[in-house]
Amino acid sequence: MINVFFAEWRKLRRPGLFVGTMVAVVGVSALVTSLLFLMIDSTQNNPHQEQMANRATLELPIGVSVGFAASAGLLGLVALCIFASQTAQEFTYGTLRNLLVRQPRRLTLLLGKFFAMNLFALISVVLSAIVSISLAFALSGKAKVSTAAWSTSEARTALLHTFINVFISVIASGTIGMILGLLLRSPISSISIGVGWLLVVENIVAATVDRSGKWLPGQLINSVAAGGDFNASYSHALLVLSAYLATGMIVVSVLFRRRDVAI
Amino acid sequence: MPDLALSVLDLSKNYGEQKAVSHASFEVPFGTVCGFVGPNGSGKTTTMRMLLGLISPTGGNAHVLGEPISHPERYLDRVGAMIEGPAFYPALSGAENLRVLATLGGLPLDRVQGLLDRVGLGERANSKYKTYSLGMKQRLGIAAALLPTPQLLLLDEPTNGLDPAGIQEVRELLRSLADDGTTVFVSSHLLSEIETISDSLVMLRKGDVIFAGKTQELLLQQQPTIIAKSADPKDLPRLLEIAHHAGHEGSIVDGVARILGPTEWTVTLNKLAFDSGIILSQLSPVLPSLEATFFEMTGDPQ
Repeated sequence: MINVFFAEWRKLRRPGLFVGTMVAVVGVSALVTSLLFLMIDSTQNNPHQEQMANRATLELPIGVSVGFAASAGLLGLVALCIFASQTAQEFTYGTLRNLLVRQPRRLTLLLGKFFAMNLFALISVVLSAIVSISLAFALSGKAKVSTAAWSTSEARTALLHTFINVFISVIASGTIGMILGLLLRSPISSISIGVGWLLVVENIVAATVDRSGKWLPGQLINSVAAGGDFNASYSHALLVLSAYLATGMIVVSVLFRRRDVAI
Repeated sequence: MPDLALSVLDLSKNYGEQKAVSHASFEVPFGTVCGFVGPNGSGKTTTMRMLLGLISPTGGNAHVLGEPISHPERYLDRVGAMIEGPAFYPALSGAENLRVLATLGGLPLDRVQGLLDRVGLGERANSKYKTYSLGMKQRLGIAAALLPTPQLLLLDEPTNGLDPAGIQEVRELLRSLADDGTTVFVSSHLLSEIETISDSLVMLRKGDVIFAGKTQELLLQQQPTIIAKSADPKDLPRLLEIAHHAGHEGSIVDGVARILGPTEWTVTLNKLAFDSGIILSQLSPVLPSLEATFFEMTGDPQ
């Protein structure tokens, strides 16, 4: 397992992928946090201000991590793309046969890849947290947000919870990408179907079918990242999402283990 | 240690109604070079994939290095393979691609540069794979197959895309590996190469093994040809008539008589021609080439 992990990490750490992804993570985190603070008083550009974080919310102990939590959805999309492409490209490049000759235990190969990609996701989440929190402090003065509560132990606990929830949500999105990659065996198909489902299809269904958000994986990922929201409680979201992902992973693992490698 | 590097018994693979490999049986002893030949679609790559545990057989069984193919984890750490051409990550360098595989197999990373030097890629080790020519990709595939210091090497068309010098290098490499005790199981469309380097041969046609044994035994099974050229070309039809009377058929091609007959009959033909007043300027028995034998046995129109 450890050999698979490090072999996969060699692929993930290549500058084009690693630096490119981390730059995207920094950009996404900076954009979301900046918008949150800089548009705080602009009702014209923030028509749903009642649902968004307002000054009172930002001044709470949890306020320091609101920008970070709001970045979770986009971080999840990045993870979905990375997990899907890293998995499906083994089929399109034909490299899977090389990997299976050197590591014939297929489930070990799958788990090693998964854990290496989790490390990649963890680094992106840590980076996002650093950027978001730094920007929150930097922009608090301009936004006239008091940071007195951000240095309390309660704030640190809230930040830890947010970090764990964002990380779980990012891993969940990545896992969906990996499942799609194993099923579809094509990076383009996996990414386009994954992103299309999470961004378009789910939002349409959630907006048109009452209470459907409680059962849609993308909506549940958002609920987990937020530590529970109007859509679903944290425990419900975590439980249903875990069931979905576990079922998906078991199905694709069985397929991966049994399927002939004829590419 | 078993005597056989490969032992295949009644191995079959069907895709629905289509038979990719049908009841294949053959053996490859340790330390030999075995050529694996057959027309396109005859089942060579499917057989190799089964031996590597990449696809499951529909029926039959096989043992690789004494272990059943149902447990590839028991033998693949001693096997090197390149199946259906090289396949690597385009954005990684040749060296990094090999490091990925070495790391995966728990193999020492310091072997990488030596192997790249051995296959002639030492100077381009740090170039991205996507910048490699077809021949260089092929060489990287061979280097990857050699990573684990294999007891058994399975190579599918290793000379594809190589120039004549590269083909000769691969031939010498495979021969030297066999001399060092590595068993080499190699498929190629370059039958002259297979004939030169292989000790034994497995020939497939439409999924069936039509020959498995020593290469020389196969060639000796075929009727040799006697090539004869007369000082006066007008005597060639008479020479064919003499051969015909003795029970040997022949034809005139490009001013040369080609007569089917055993090698030892060359002396008799020479005497009969002399007695008839035909002066021969050339007379030589020729064993059929593997290529000619292949086309005859497989019915390949080429």
